[in-house]
Amino acid sequence: MKKAVIFDKVCIMFGSAPQKALPLADQGKSRSEIQAETDQVLGVHNCSLDVDEGEILVLMGLSGSGKSTLLRSVNGLNPVVRGSVSVNDGGEMVDVAQCNAKTLRHIRQSRVAMVFQQFGLLPWRTVAENVGFGLELAGVPEGERTTRVEAQLALVGLSERADAKVAELSGGMQQRVGLARAFATEAPILLMDEPFSALDPLIRTRLQDELLELQARLKRTIIFVSHDLDEAFKLGGRIAIMEGGRIVQCGTPREIFSNPASDYVADFVANMNPLGVLTARDVMVPGEGEGGGVHAEMPVRDVMLRLREQPRLSVESLGQRIGVVTAQSIVDRLSV
Amino acid sequence: MIWLSDNKIPIGDWAEAAFGWLQTNGGWFFDGMAVAMETLIEAILWCLQTPPESLVIAAFVALTWVIQRGWKLPLFIGLGFLFIVNQGYWEETTESLTLVLSACVVCMGIGVPIGIAAAHRPRLYAWMRPVLDLMQTLPTFVYLIPAIVFFGIGMVPGLIATVIFVVPAPIRLTHLGISGTPTALLEAAESFGATPSQTLWQIELPYALPQIMAGLNQTIMLSLSMVVIAALVGADGLGVPVVRALNRVDTGLGFESGFVIVVVAIMLDRMLRVGDK
Repeated sequence: MKKAVIFDKVCIMFGSAPQKALPLADQGKSRSEIQAETDQVLGVHNCSLDVDEGEILVLMGLSGSGKSTLLRSVNGLNPVVRGSVSVNDGGEMVDVAQCNAKTLRHIRQSRVAMVFQQFGLLPWRTVAENVGFGLELAGVPEGERTTRVEAQLALVGLSERADAKVAELSGGMQQRVGLARAFATEAPILLMDEPFSALDPLIRTRLQDELLELQARLKRTIIFVSHDLDEAFKLGGRIAIMEGGRIVQCGTPREIFSNPASDYVADFVANMNPLGVLTARDVMVPGEGEGGGVHAEMPVRDVMLRLREQPRLSVESLGQRIGVVTAQSIVDRLSV
Repeated sequence: MIWLSDNKIPIGDWAEAAFGWLQTNGGWFFDGMAVAMETLIEAILWCLQTPPESLVIAAFVALTWVIQRGWKLPLFIGLGFLFIVNQGYWEETTESLTLVLSACVVCMGIGVPIGIAAAHRPRLYAWMRPVLDLMQTLPTFVYLIPAIVFFGIGMVPGLIATVIFVVPAPIRLTHLGISGTPTALLEAAESFGATPSQTLWQIELPYALPQIMAGLNQTIMLSLSMVVIAALVGADGLGVPVVRALNRVDTGLGFESGFVIVVVAIMLDRMLRVGDK
């Protein structure tokens, strides 16, 4: 699998003398200890993570866990003190932590686009002018810009509001403009910094669905920051959970749910609906079932429907029967 | 106490020495400046005085219509000018307008770039603030004296004194507008790869435009308030009859010319009020 972004032992420190604080962070001291001793604020520490091309990776954690800070290192909004962030620039990997201003501008104009929580739209411009903002900065000629902007507006369903000022739009529509602006540059990597957190729940769900639809067509690499576990599990192919500036666990939703690495992760997971994540493999017990079995990766929701007809279901993987699911085994697993 | 007054700190001597040094060593600079300002003043004066009055008035009315879009204000501007002609102050008014317009050109030309630079460099602004305060609080008569020394008598020293008094306003307002640009907008521009100059022209200046326009309005009003003081160093305009009336204790003349200044002030203010409808 080709990599889109590689974080290698990334450290970000806020303050005037970050080098001074690094040894303390290496000793595993917490943010407040480091701040008390050196007056530097730990952003993230030794975060390593590979992001595959075409996947949605969600960075998750409470506020202050460093998830946005890590995200913003990909396009250099937050400078990296130690370590490297390599971004795929059409085949070769460029370290944005070390590259010069010109290269960084090139990466920002054509490789990495960003969507912000507070939209970051220019209020004195129309919707179309906002969508074309990135193209304008990159020096795309006006004719081509207009066509590309129209295509993006159609994609997010805002063609009719192209000439409205952004302030006239609702929050949900404004964030569609933000998405269109990011898609318009055709950057293969998208950074989304809690893009739906400022929206009300119904609109949020709808935009999540729309994003998944768009992603199915456009196949970009998306790094998505969220503090909402349901959102993370819904969107994320993989999830990296962060705490106090460090990545504590990274894996698929299922791996995280069935095997939380720490109490912090377990606390997160405890509050969510497990039925969307668990599969037959997670709820089976050793033994022999009857009749036609179910596949090990079948979601629990579907397994439960099958259980109505068949009280003891065999679970199959690679043509072998590996266990059995009963109503009791599901109840046992869920009540842990 | 006697010791204290015997050992007076020679502020006056220092100032004189400083200005003396400037005069001997910076004469070429002040001469060049005087020529540039003279040219600017002549050009504007030519535009206002060569065409017939009716044409200039029509031009102002049309300009008002372009800025304000409506019939009430252009009508008011037209009536205001007719009143000035009626009172017999047309020539003085064009001279004062020249002073105000050239002060605008110079103050905005200097003030906006300095305001931008100050907004980008907080330490520079910390240094500038006491200087700006001094320029605005030092009694204007005080810097009229060196202005006469450097530039003689006439429109130029009047303009210089006006600029010194007025330029802090556009500097402060531009600084306020630019430094108030929300971080979210700056980061959005940065994240899409804006160069510093793109950020300035596409984000900061459009965002600060209302403040910069307020700076322009302030510049005009403050320069107009300097009209009478400029007359003291020989600048032509509506200040001249006011000063003459003061010398002769002529109440009638004083009120007449004072009222025309008020009318000009109101006209300019209404004409350039943009955005607060």
